[in-house]
Amino acid sequence: MTTPRFLPRRSLIQGLLAALALSVLPHVAHAQLTVEVTGAGANRIPIAIADFGGEPGLSRALTTVVRGDLERSGLFKMIDPGSQALTENSAVDYGSWKGRGADALAAGSLASGGDGRMEARFRLYDVTRQQSLGGAAYLTSTPALRAAGHRIADFIYEKLTGEPGVFSTRIAYVVKTGSRYALQIADADGQNAQSALVSKEPIISPAWSPDGGRLAYVSFENKKPVVYVHNLATGRRQVVSNFKGSNSAPAWSPDGNRLAVVLTKDGGSQIFVLNADGSGVTRLMTSSGIDTEPQWSADGRYVYFTSDRGGQPQIYRVATSGGAAERVTFEGSYNVSPRLSPDGRLLAYITRGAGGFRLAVMDLNSRQTQVLTDSSRDESPSFAPNGRMILFATEIGGRGVLSAVSADGRIKQRLSIAAGDVREPAWGPLVK
Amino acid sequence: MRFAQTSAITAALLAALVTGCSTTSTEGQSGAAVETRTPTATSSGVGNQSGALSPLKDPNNILSKRSVYFDFDKYEVKAEYKQLVAAHAKYLSENKSAKILIQGNTDERGSREYNLALGQKRADAVKKALNLLGAKDDQIESVSLGEEKPKAEGHDEAAYAENRRADILYNGEY
Repeated sequence: MTTPRFLPRRSLIQGLLAALALSVLPHVAHAQLTVEVTGAGANRIPIAIADFGGEPGLSRALTTVVRGDLERSGLFKMIDPGSQALTENSAVDYGSWKGRGADALAAGSLASGGDGRMEARFRLYDVTRQQSLGGAAYLTSTPALRAAGHRIADFIYEKLTGEPGVFSTRIAYVVKTGSRYALQIADADGQNAQSALVSKEPIISPAWSPDGGRLAYVSFENKKPVVYVHNLATGRRQVVSNFKGSNSAPAWSPDGNRLAVVLTKDGGSQIFVLNADGSGVTRLMTSSGIDTEPQWSADGRYVYFTSDRGGQPQIYRVATSGGAAERVTFEGSYNVSPRLSPDGRLLAYITRGAGGFRLAVMDLNSRQTQVLTDSSRDESPSFAPNGRMILFATEIGGRGVLSAVSADGRIKQRLSIAAGDVREPAWGPLVK
Repeated sequence: MRFAQTSAITAALLAALVTGCSTTSTEGQSGAAVETRTPTATSSGVGNQSGALSPLKDPNNILSKRSVYFDFDKYEVKAEYKQLVAAHAKYLSENKSAKILIQGNTDERGSREYNLALGQKRADAVKKALNLLGAKDDQIESVSLGEEKPKAEGHDEAAYAENRRADILYNGEY
């Protein structure tokens, strides 16, 4: 994690707050998953992404991706860059950009290599301090233009916020259309959706391996829940847990070598650990009630899980080295689906209150909890790999949709598909 | 679904059921990938005396009642189902070749994985009640479908109540 190099000045923040009260955020529509921003950060950084030099149509496609990514994050306010293209080598008139209200500026170009390959170059400027914040060049091509745009947006995001961008990451989710289930993988902006698996039987609980190369999930294609590991590059699937009874809730260990799963083979729903190839099954602990939804802490020292051992579902944790389980949630009578932030500070979970099932977070140090949504059918939270947003499933108008909310509750996004129920989201790891 | 047609296959699959599940290697699991559910032998199970309506299908017979309903977030078999459970236990203990699959279900509210575990508890609760009344362990397999295969597709209390359910299926019915 780099340190923040760019902070809006106080007067600027105040000005922005006033501007925000008046602004109406655009709805950015895409062909597949539609991402709609329904809230934004209180102190958005005003940034201008100039039209890049090079072939105008392709350059515009590239900058549209960069602008869309930054704007949807809720942390940036797009300043109109005007119509003049600006390359990474152009002289910057800081005074003029300051006059437009931009605190940061990005300019660049798309150079064609003639063989279909292109190079996207750009430079980022701190308008207030009147200095370059660096730049980069990425090899790309027309079909890969969106990916190059995401990488540029990641660079800008990290330079200006101090945390990694997640625009190049992917998400997995399940779409139910009639009686057809599709496990899909899409870019974080909902584009380029591809089905990894289509089935007539339910698919639940997709979980990304830490290296992003594999998905573990539960499929009912054998008329009962069975855990698979699916290699996304080769499409090869392997049954890793098909014991008598139910096999479910796969969770990867931080090193990617093991899975925690829930098995009923020995009676009750109990947590076991096995190697990623299905070998070496060992029981994590023994309880008389339901133990399910295991999640490893990032340091691998604990497994958080849901249990009804106290008479109602609550979240507990147990040291992977052994010992007694410790209860984590105390407020309310139904707290399920624990998910840990990448830095281990926050626990996201679903809590049932008077308003229904809502996404909540707990600060694990202070034990303070905060309900982040006002919806009533929230399920399956999943942290973005930089910890900023939490993706989750909810229901709007009787249809399953995906939503994302920032861990502080301020920024909200909705992702929906025109036809079908979307559920079971899982946000993939950072792209190396 | 795999439906064995001969008793030889039935025996082989039953052997796989007994031995396959205890192994933990990958190879062992691919062996266990054979359905652990008991396959159907068309000549056994559902008793059918000289053309008369099977007691399992006769709407006037309690054995035709196959569903046990549960309260929200609960998995106790309620008193009103004692008679139904007792009748099936009696049938199973008198018809040793009869096998059943119990599928536990839940309503759609809350966590899918927790609901899967809850559905398993419901199926297990019915299995345990049948065991206590004389049905043998190897006649029964309990599995969970969680909230994934709702019988009622609605989103209201009536639909939820219909889906908080364990179903008894005799061999030949699944």
